[in-house]
Amino acid sequence: MLNIFCPHCGELRSEEEFHSAGQAHIPRPLDPNACTDAEWGEYLFFRDNPRGIHHELWIHAAGCRQYFNATRDTISYEIFETYKIGEKPSVTAKPNSAKQPSRAAGEKA
Amino acid sequence: MSTVNVYKQRPDAAHAESPLFHAGLHELVGKGKSTAGVSLRERKLLGHLTLRGDGHDAAFAGAVHKATGLELPGALGLVVKGETSLQWLGPDEWLLIVPSGEEFAAEKSLREALAGQHHQVVNVSGGQTILELTGPKVRELLMKSSTYDVHPRNFPVGKAVGTTFAKTQLVIRRTDEETWELLVRRSFSDYIWLWLQDASAEYGLAIKA
Repeated sequence: MLNIFCPHCGELRSEEEFHSAGQAHIPRPLDPNACTDAEWGEYLFFRDNPRGIHHELWIHAAGCRQYFNATRDTISYEIFETYKIGEKPSVTAKPNSAKQPSRAAGEKA
Repeated sequence: MSTVNVYKQRPDAAHAESPLFHAGLHELVGKGKSTAGVSLRERKLLGHLTLRGDGHDAAFAGAVHKATGLELPGALGLVVKGETSLQWLGPDEWLLIVPSGEEFAAEKSLREALAGQHHQVVNVSGGQTILELTGPKVRELLMKSSTYDVHPRNFPVGKAVGTTFAKTQLVIRRTDEETWELLVRRSFSDYIWLWLQDASAEYGLAIKA
């Protein structure tokens, strides 16, 4: 069973309390009316599907019911960090060693 | 004062039924074993108010303290004073529980204290209920029902967590060494009641008035 660190509750919680909500950091166009159909379609429907590091939006559905972001490895499912909406991720490239500081592995923020 | 229409949702003369009215708990009082490991009491028809605002704003926290006499708790916190309690639900959301019949006055005083500030107060009394579990075997019952760690090391008195429970979700509050409260949504109360009967069968279940 996977434990995920909720940045709002401040502790590790069971995976079954959470839901994934897709890719994170997708800015809404400031003026939708000025978008071309292609730009709007890109914003609305197109998502990255990388192999490796991925920044995702998650919700602590059974707990505080808040959204937060997580940096996850889509191959190993390892979660490197979780952080609040509006914050910048500290992990943006795949760490070389397995000893990367990981809040998901039990180290509290 | 805002223009929000605040009204008394449960008039004094009206007949009110708790979410577990159909279970007839009052008829089961005293019928369980006297040595039961788990005692259950429905703390029914209390006033539940959800409160939202910016907890980091001193003006907001001060106004809440002025209106309720309770300090805003931080993450996973629960403060209890007599029959009134204030609980953290999320980074910008709290639950205030007041004795039955006082919710209208509590809502009005909160709105007065918070006038002009960005906030939200909603009376959700009809939507949920509290089941109070007391006894030496309650912790074992919770261990069977939820994946959350209820060991005293992780779950001291004064903590409240929303978590998965049985096949649904609820809030577990610890109010005393051997007293735990389950905050249950109205539509799930029957399922939780059936679950608790089954899960507590091996310890013995007694119903308290």
